[in-house]
Amino acid sequence: MSGPKTTEPVLDVRNLTATFGDGELTAVNDVSFTVGSGEVLGLVGESGSGKSVTLRSIIRLVPASGDVSGEVRWQGQNILAMRDAELRGVRGGQISMIFQEPMSALNPVLPVFTQIEENLKAHTDLDGNGRRARARELMDMVGIPDAARRLKEFPHQFSGGMRQRVMIAIALASNPRLLLADEPTTALDVTIQDQILKLILDLRDELSMSVVLVTHDLGVVAATCDRMAVMYAGRIVETGTVSEVFAQPNHAYTRGLLGSVPHAGTERSRLLSIDGTPPPLDRIPPGCAFNPRCEFATDACRATVPPLQDLSPGRSVACFNRDSVVAAGSPV
Amino acid sequence: MTQDVLITAEDIGKHFPLPQGVVSRLSGRPAPAVHALNGVSFQLRRGETLGVVGESGCGKSTLARCLVRLHECDEGRILFEDQDISALSGTARRAFNRRVQMIFQDPFGSLNPRMKVRSILSEALSVHKMRPAADIPARIAELLDLVRLNPDAADRYPHEFSGGQRQRIGIARALAVEPEVLVADELVSALDVSVQAQVVNLLLDLQDKLHLTVVFVAHDLRLVRHISHRVAVMYLGKVVEIGPTEDLFSAPRHPYTKALLDAAPELDPTRRSRTVAARGELPSPINLPQGCLFHTRCPHALDRCRTERPALTPRSPDHEAACHLTEFGNPETTT
Amino acid sequence: MTDLAPPSERPRRLALPRPLILGGTILLLSIAVATFPTVFAPYEPDAFDYNALLQGPSMAHPMGTDNFGRDVLSRVIHAYTIDMQIAIFATIFPFFFGTIIGALVGYAGGIAETLFGRVVDAVITFPFLVLVIAIVSVLGPGLVNMYIAIGVVGWVFYARITAAEIKVQKRLDYADAGRAMGYTHMRIIFRHLLPNAITPAVVYWMTDMALAILLGSSLGYLGLGAQPPAAEWGVQIADGKNFMATAWWISVFPGVAIVLTGLGFSLTGDGLAELLRTKR
Repeated sequence: MSGPKTTEPVLDVRNLTATFGDGELTAVNDVSFTVGSGEVLGLVGESGSGKSVTLRSIIRLVPASGDVSGEVRWQGQNILAMRDAELRGVRGGQISMIFQEPMSALNPVLPVFTQIEENLKAHTDLDGNGRRARARELMDMVGIPDAARRLKEFPHQFSGGMRQRVMIAIALASNPRLLLADEPTTALDVTIQDQILKLILDLRDELSMSVVLVTHDLGVVAATCDRMAVMYAGRIVETGTVSEVFAQPNHAYTRGLLGSVPHAGTERSRLLSIDGTPPPLDRIPPGCAFNPRCEFATDACRATVPPLQDLSPGRSVACFNRDSVVAAGSPV
Repeated sequence: MTQDVLITAEDIGKHFPLPQGVVSRLSGRPAPAVHALNGVSFQLRRGETLGVVGESGCGKSTLARCLVRLHECDEGRILFEDQDISALSGTARRAFNRRVQMIFQDPFGSLNPRMKVRSILSEALSVHKMRPAADIPARIAELLDLVRLNPDAADRYPHEFSGGQRQRIGIARALAVEPEVLVADELVSALDVSVQAQVVNLLLDLQDKLHLTVVFVAHDLRLVRHISHRVAVMYLGKVVEIGPTEDLFSAPRHPYTKALLDAAPELDPTRRSRTVAARGELPSPINLPQGCLFHTRCPHALDRCRTERPALTPRSPDHEAACHLTEFGNPETTT
Repeated sequence: MTDLAPPSERPRRLALPRPLILGGTILLLSIAVATFPTVFAPYEPDAFDYNALLQGPSMAHPMGTDNFGRDVLSRVIHAYTIDMQIAIFATIFPFFFGTIIGALVGYAGGIAETLFGRVVDAVITFPFLVLVIAIVSVLGPGLVNMYIAIGVVGWVFYARITAAEIKVQKRLDYADAGRAMGYTHMRIIFRHLLPNAITPAVVYWMTDMALAILLGSSLGYLGLGAQPPAAEWGVQIADGKNFMATAWWISVFPGVAIVLTGLGFSLTGDGLAELLRTKR
């Protein structure tokens, strides 16, 4: 198992903000984080937290109506300021992305080989034979048996888990340095989810990639990620290594989220739930967005947005009452 | 154990025939079908929560629908208080429908979008003549309070509520007719994590208050473990293991249960494993494997497993598993 | 502790869709004219004036006169009575019976649906107009026979639309929830499914009324619908066909009335579709 690394970050996201509809809706609000080399960062949140938009904004994959500002530093360059030609080299090249619904992310009328080959053509200098050999190699790497035959098949001939493997093979075709994974296992059954997550970890080790994994499932974070960033209503509210955050959540939302998930020892007891629902983007409460649902909220929380403060390198929290939250202890 | 049994499923089967062309219909071969349930047997005891867990295609939703007679079983029978439910008709059927209620998964599809909450609830009350017309408004307020919704919710349409609130309306509708059994099919799987916990807490409270018997169908092992007294694990339309929750989770006696538990991510970052819990994928429910349904993925499969389908047999008190390896997972024999 | 999170507080929309306002205005005016034609018409519709034959539009006769000296404007106005009647009576029965049959067929599925499919195939094999003309020819010309002919054929389209929509709706959980509640099939079909499934049929109904006016006019033109000297747009257009080159106004103004009324129905249909859209 490779733990968190403290080397120079490969990806440095600074003050990322994404708005839609002429600035009316703010999906991502002043988000900053870094991803170290070979590190798996979990972006955790519920619906409307902005975790997926954040991920997509990294490679400017947001709808045309969206407006992204801030900085995404990648190998000394700001992706958000790149010209389209440069961006194309990075997207699907050094940075690849996989999605929640492999069926809609794959082209249904093209055989799998053509779709892998497309990426190889765009990002490598291999000739026809080389591409065929590489495609077979990739299929083996992601654990699809009988690669030669299956390359000729179409996406609908694959099961959900196998489709996700195909998508990973396509993403890996260009030897990416960073893999962006948007809820890659949410649509899969638990035994298949287990296979895919472990595949991603194995590939991370083998290819020394970094991974940003977006998920709503804290169990997935606990099982796969080195560090995590918790998002709520478009902002990061807490970051840290996974073991730090689980052992001692500093933000009331993180604590509530951990307590909402049943675990060994809580059988048939009341869960530490959070009242209310996550706010829709057009009705984010003033002050700390979490204050109406927070048992620790004070007047300060209703008036001002708490800044994300560093506690130690890589560990930060945005909460005025973190002392009371820490005192309340971790629910897990 | 002297708990009285409310529902008994005896070897029930359910098959959905696939559409087929004229030629194959004339060929006389048996029609291809999705084998959703393949001999499911269990007992539901009064006052308990029975968790039914499994992955997609294991037949758990079909089972839930058979229990409330949204589907008729093709084989076997379901007894409700010793009465075969498929034989019920007229008043007896309506009484059964009242006493065994279902709550659905989809918070957006399970409420009629053109009816206000008040009409949804009052319809249930008046069709089953639960209250005289004059008492209905008071009862509606009571029901909304029971599921912790504001009284003004009555005059709103379903689309004005969040997913979690809609699931509560669904629960209120089921409770309106004062049922004894609630069959909850993936009750919270469409909800956000923080909202899931609210609904789970509500269900536990209601069960205490109203002495309900609950069948909790879900794919989420953590939830099932949290909520159930006993758990039935399903694979390809069969119960492969059934037993008391603690016993089953601490000492699973079927290799599939073990794989399922190993695959489910723990909420504990210190207990990580890098070994894959179960290799391979679910076989097609159209062409079922011979022998044990799990043998194609089972790391312990014997020759016998490929030819002979194991039946549920007792392992420890109240705990049964369908596996030829009778000593599998037995905590007393350290194999 | 109750759930204090307010249900979404979008202001209740009172504003009607714009097409509905425009279309509704046209239709209301049309109905007013159809109900009280004498209030609006300057002359009697069949008053002959042999001193003013084939006169072009003027102050006295804004739409001119025809070959019998009848005031075209007055005839167009009086024709509203018949043509609006055609729009309503030719479609209301198909709408009513078609949606009911469609709802039952869509819910039942199986053999009922297969048989219904055959009926639909049989009907849509023939062009609608040809089929109606054939039936009217057997029954004899006249308005009532025309209603019967259109009704015999027209319900199929409503039934088909409704059956398709019911099939979608019956798969949703609220239908199963009703069944699990022990509600009767009739209650589930007509109280739960139909209100959610009827919008396409209502929208089609509006278009169909526009089509019915066209069809009524076509049959009037062919001499199979309203009979001369009745003031009906199709009959009027037929009357004017020999004078097209010299007295275009005899045919053109009834034509404009047809287009305007058709537009009213279509806009209303669009507006209704928006208004009735299910909120989820």
